[in-house]
Amino acid sequence: MGRKLLLEHAQVEGIHTYEVYRKHGGYRSVEKALKTMTPDEVVEEVKKSGLRGRGGAGFPTGMKWSFLAKPEGVPRYLLCNADESEPGTFKDRYLMEKIPHLLIEGMITSSYALGANTSYIYIRGEYAWIVFVLERAIKEAYANGWLGKNILGTGYNLDLYVNCGAGAYICGEETALIESLEGKRGNPRIKPPFPAVKGLWQSPTVVNNVETIAAVVPIVNDGGDEYAKIGIGKSTGTKLISASGNINRPGVYEIELNVPVEEFIYSDQYCGGIKNGKRLKACVPGGSSVPILPHYLVCKTANGEDRLMTYESLADGGFASGSMLGSGGFIVYDEDQCIVRNTWNFSRFYAHESCGQCSPCREGTGWMEKVLHRLEHGHGKMSDIDLLADVAKKIEGNTICPLGDAAAWPVSAAIRHFREEFEWHVNEPVASQQRNYGLVKEPTAAV
Amino acid sequence: MPKVTIDGQTIEVPEGTTILTAARQIGGELVPPAMCYYSTLKGSGGKCRTCLVKVTKGSEKDPRPMPKLVASCQTMVMDGMEVASKANEEVTKARAGVVEFLLLNHPLDCPICDQAGECHLQDLAFEHGAASTRYEFERRTFEKIDIGPYIKLHMTRCILCYRCVYVANQLTEQRVHGVIGRGDHAEISTFIEKAIDNDFSGNVIDVCPVGALTDRTFRFKSRVWFLKPMDAHRNCPKCAGKAVVWMYGNEIFRVTARKDQYGEVHDFICNTCRFDTKSTSDWTIEGARQIDRHSVISQNHYDQGITVR
Repeated sequence: MGRKLLLEHAQVEGIHTYEVYRKHGGYRSVEKALKTMTPDEVVEEVKKSGLRGRGGAGFPTGMKWSFLAKPEGVPRYLLCNADESEPGTFKDRYLMEKIPHLLIEGMITSSYALGANTSYIYIRGEYAWIVFVLERAIKEAYANGWLGKNILGTGYNLDLYVNCGAGAYICGEETALIESLEGKRGNPRIKPPFPAVKGLWQSPTVVNNVETIAAVVPIVNDGGDEYAKIGIGKSTGTKLISASGNINRPGVYEIELNVPVEEFIYSDQYCGGIKNGKRLKACVPGGSSVPILPHYLVCKTANGEDRLMTYESLADGGFASGSMLGSGGFIVYDEDQCIVRNTWNFSRFYAHESCGQCSPCREGTGWMEKVLHRLEHGHGKMSDIDLLADVAKKIEGNTICPLGDAAAWPVSAAIRHFREEFEWHVNEPVASQQRNYGLVKEPTAAV
Repeated sequence: MPKVTIDGQTIEVPEGTTILTAARQIGGELVPPAMCYYSTLKGSGGKCRTCLVKVTKGSEKDPRPMPKLVASCQTMVMDGMEVASKANEEVTKARAGVVEFLLLNHPLDCPICDQAGECHLQDLAFEHGAASTRYEFERRTFEKIDIGPYIKLHMTRCILCYRCVYVANQLTEQRVHGVIGRGDHAEISTFIEKAIDNDFSGNVIDVCPVGALTDRTFRFKSRVWFLKPMDAHRNCPKCAGKAVVWMYGNEIFRVTARKDQYGEVHDFICNTCRFDTKSTSDWTIEGARQIDRHSVISQNHYDQGITVR
């Protein structure tokens, strides 16, 4: 088992309380940063660590922080994106529920690095009980002098608020999150200007995922270089993976970014293999919006190399034969699962969650959902398959925010790798209602 | 001043000009169509995606092309930028895709729609659309709603361009209408069915690119191409009083604001002028209105700015 930086003390009794958290080395990073480092030195450590955004896009955090505009006399804001709503992803929930103080500590250190005096945690509405967990922890932090005016006598002030969303997936998009936080309808803004220049209330703003902010704590404690030693290449540090699907041990795992996918699925330390001894059919490695991989591309890349749990290795082969690490929502399908049904399910989610602002996404997601519904229920036509691929292509890249891409990718990937299963649904409408297709054949002449 | 080349034609424009505005200054075929952008409404644009263009060269400093198609109404020009608009196949394909999306849930009831003849969606579909649809499902429909005594909202025809929402935000004092719902079931609505009661509310009719918002004092009275548009003005205490009166014989059938060649109003008019002043004695008629838009139906009648008499 690899090193654990975030969830090391997750199982300690009472870790959600201030006393226990502090006893296990909590808030050391705040002491170190505020007393011995300048804000720029903290940013420098994060840059050195190679930490990449854990929310899905994998953008280097240090670089994002250095883009933040710093005009005189204008407040800056740090927002924590806890609107974790991607189907298959539940890592932030675990972290906030178990060790709320880790997020708060990360927020203080990161806010100090960015020069923000007011910070917000924007949490999804469905996590209502976690709001109470966080607010209780924030109260404790205030009571012990980690938040408020003149923290640790250094003259640094910070107020931290929790803001509860109302259940829209789109509010996890950073500009929609900002709109929602301002009290408006959660429609994504048109970029540029980027939040780093004009974000919350037209002020420079950084939006980071929960796990990214939590990872700042070990980076400041042990140094960016130490953090960068973990992992391979540009995938440094540890990552929380929320594993679900037909596996023996679903749950949240903290892995070093170098574990082979095969080990992650079959090792008893992690997923513990496929449930009931079935065979692997497919895998979605990074949450519902990343391309699905067929069984023959999960553990090996198209070149026959071992696939690793890293940003690069999972994306190896581009979208033709790869996928993405995304937000770490690792969904495993056994041979009894229906890919058409799964694609329809995802598509239904995106059609429901599209904000309706721009035409391709508003109309296209609903259209794809209807066509997939028809295919799944045995009323499909052969031309539907190409139609879906074409609609997905017309949405992709033509929308305001990435939700359009997120809706298009799973559909086009499913058709790319599982076309024979879609065709079977058309040709055998009765059989496809009674049983599942099983594994797809590996294309032999494809290489 | 930055120089930008669009479809091979170069123009120099002030810093901070969008590609769309630069294209409009050149004029002609290369001007991207725009369904949601409205130059006089702050914050509009970026939503319909019909004005997508390809930036083949970012700028003189950074000549890399932009990876995706961009909305020309939102993208600022850079010095040395090269843009492909109508001449590029990728662009025309994407626009055709957007037209298809816009028409998916549009009822295509042009024969009974008051907007027909001056409808931007009609023009757009005529230019970029396909003859038949690939959509085989029931279209989204809504009940027609009266918003106030003058305006009819037929949400079924709406393409959610948000222009009327910006009018409500920027021209009228109270914000009484906006978008509710999400995705393809989102709809324009007055909050809690509250009628728009404001002197400038009628402008939502003029900014609507389709027939979703229509004039209740004009509905089903006549087809627009049977009427003679005349520039006219009157002394109005509330607005500039510059309008277009649409006449049949000596009778004024309807009053609208003056739209430019891209269908945009620069002087918004008040409801008194629009709905309550329909006698020829109220107006000083200046002469025939130049309509130089190449609309589906207008092209035979209002050809080259010569107006029917």
